[in-house]
Amino acid sequence: MTTTHASAVDIDVLIEVCKRIRRHIVEMTHSAQSGHPGGSLSATEIFAALYFGGVVRHDPSNPQWERRDRVILSKGHATPVVYATLAEAGYFDAELIPSFRSLGTELQGHVVRNKPAGVEMSGGALGMGLSFAVGVALGHDLDDLPEDEGQIFVVVGDGELNEGQNWEAIMSASHFGLHRITAILDRNHFQNDGPGDEIMRIDPVGDKWAAFGWGVQYVDGHDVAAVRNALLTARARSDAPQVVICETVKGRGVSFMAENPAGWHGKGPSDDQLAQALDEIEAGLT
Amino acid sequence: MTTTTAPPPAATREAYGPALVKLAEAGYDIVALDADLSASTGGNKLAGSFPDRWFTVGAAEANMISIAAGLASTGKTVYAASFAVFMPGHCFDQIRVHIAQQRMNVKLIASHGGISVGEDGASAQAIEDLALMTSLPGMNVVVPCDAVEADAMICRAAEDNEPWYIRLGRPKLPVVYTEGAPFELGKAHQLRDGDDITLIACGLMVEPTLRAADVLAAEGVSARVLNMATIKPLDEAAVIQAAADTGAVVCAEEHNVIGGLGSAVARTLALHRPTPMEQVGIDDTFGQSGPWQALLDEYGLTAESVVDAANRAIARK
Repeated sequence: MTTTHASAVDIDVLIEVCKRIRRHIVEMTHSAQSGHPGGSLSATEIFAALYFGGVVRHDPSNPQWERRDRVILSKGHATPVVYATLAEAGYFDAELIPSFRSLGTELQGHVVRNKPAGVEMSGGALGMGLSFAVGVALGHDLDDLPEDEGQIFVVVGDGELNEGQNWEAIMSASHFGLHRITAILDRNHFQNDGPGDEIMRIDPVGDKWAAFGWGVQYVDGHDVAAVRNALLTARARSDAPQVVICETVKGRGVSFMAENPAGWHGKGPSDDQLAQALDEIEAGLT
Repeated sequence: MTTTTAPPPAATREAYGPALVKLAEAGYDIVALDADLSASTGGNKLAGSFPDRWFTVGAAEANMISIAAGLASTGKTVYAASFAVFMPGHCFDQIRVHIAQQRMNVKLIASHGGISVGEDGASAQAIEDLALMTSLPGMNVVVPCDAVEADAMICRAAEDNEPWYIRLGRPKLPVVYTEGAPFELGKAHQLRDGDDITLIACGLMVEPTLRAADVLAAEGVSARVLNMATIKPLDEAAVIQAAADTGAVVCAEEHNVIGGLGSAVARTLALHRPTPMEQVGIDDTFGQSGPWQALLDEYGLTAESVVDAANRAIARK
């Protein structure tokens, strides 16, 4: 089955998909007793909108489909949200999820290309995704792929924007006139060492992106309908590369993570914490 | 009766641009990238006849490497060129994760390798690039001894989907392979046979090593000479056979003695056939400005150094 974009989508279904993704995130970081739940929970609506909101043209039964859109996780530590989404989308059996980070599993701690199928790029060293996307876009343009095909969505973290390579890529995407690229900024305001504004301020981040020649949208990153609309708008634009700045909360959906985002950048919940997290996710608490 | 004249000296980097054009004309699905040094690497020669197949990304090597990986993911054979101090120097992480770990079809063309860059001085002289690149699993690392062999390598790299690091140089060198280079990835090429010692060289040290073998012959020492153009995967069989046949080995390279050809050969000998061995190379120090030939003399990258090393190794037999 090929998912076509812009079809009618029931927002209530998307909200349920977000709950399932969040459950997987806390369960797999609990199983592994490591991993990155905070920055995965903040990106949940982004991934739900991409794969279940009719934004991305893809085919789980043919992951190498040449005309597919590509979703690239540049903030390569947020594997839980990627694996949760790909499992829900049918790329692999969800029974594999508890093997996350264990010896021999395909579900590696940081993204590894084609492990499992559907993961487009290896990452974990921050700042490389947008450059990779520039290369993909150049290749698609050389192959004369129609504008509506071969779109590239790159999920970037805000702490990640400290890395200078991002700005090299942002500069080159507009210089080369690449219109297939949409960056999605998970603007959760926390990085490994603490609040982004204290560690390394990136604001006015949207103005910076605009100054580099990109189209910029701002959206509530936990309003899945709004995220979906913004991504569809970005997808349809063919005058400049686009960025959707998603205002998010690190650890969203699990109170003790959201209240202590720096503490939940890179560890898994205990048994009790898992139970509480699952209850809160089910209740849809924010 | 025909007379043959020796081909004029040529820099190994001069092979790159013409090889790209040749590959494009032959229908290879190549794309070449440069990072604001295209006149020096020669990559811009592709822009003349195939302008849509060549991009310069400006002075941004990290961006160039990840772009190369993205292009390769769409099925292209990608050549990315810069100076050896900047690639891998500015972009080792991108090479490690995006090229080596993803096993991308990207050929890294590192021009201006070694101390023979000359007057630009220490920051411009890559003496550690082979150590970095050979440490990456799956990376093919090669160093041509002349422009003929460089052309053979650049063209051979297009025949597979593997990552390569091809180290080229700035100065014009005498041509070793006047009748074509028999380059084979992972294979030493024996330039001369001998019984008393084996001299193993790569890059611009091959020609002086041949002269060293002449000097040794005049002294009654019979030296085998191997052009070890592939540093990785190393031709271990040729090294072990040389040790068995001649009982002493000298390695000569334009690189730090730590981490390059000599280190790779020493490891092979230590593991498989402990044999007296000496090294000619840059003795764990940075360079300085100067004419390239004066620098080679200053840092001991000469035929005389190879002769001395050979005599030391033989004395240890």
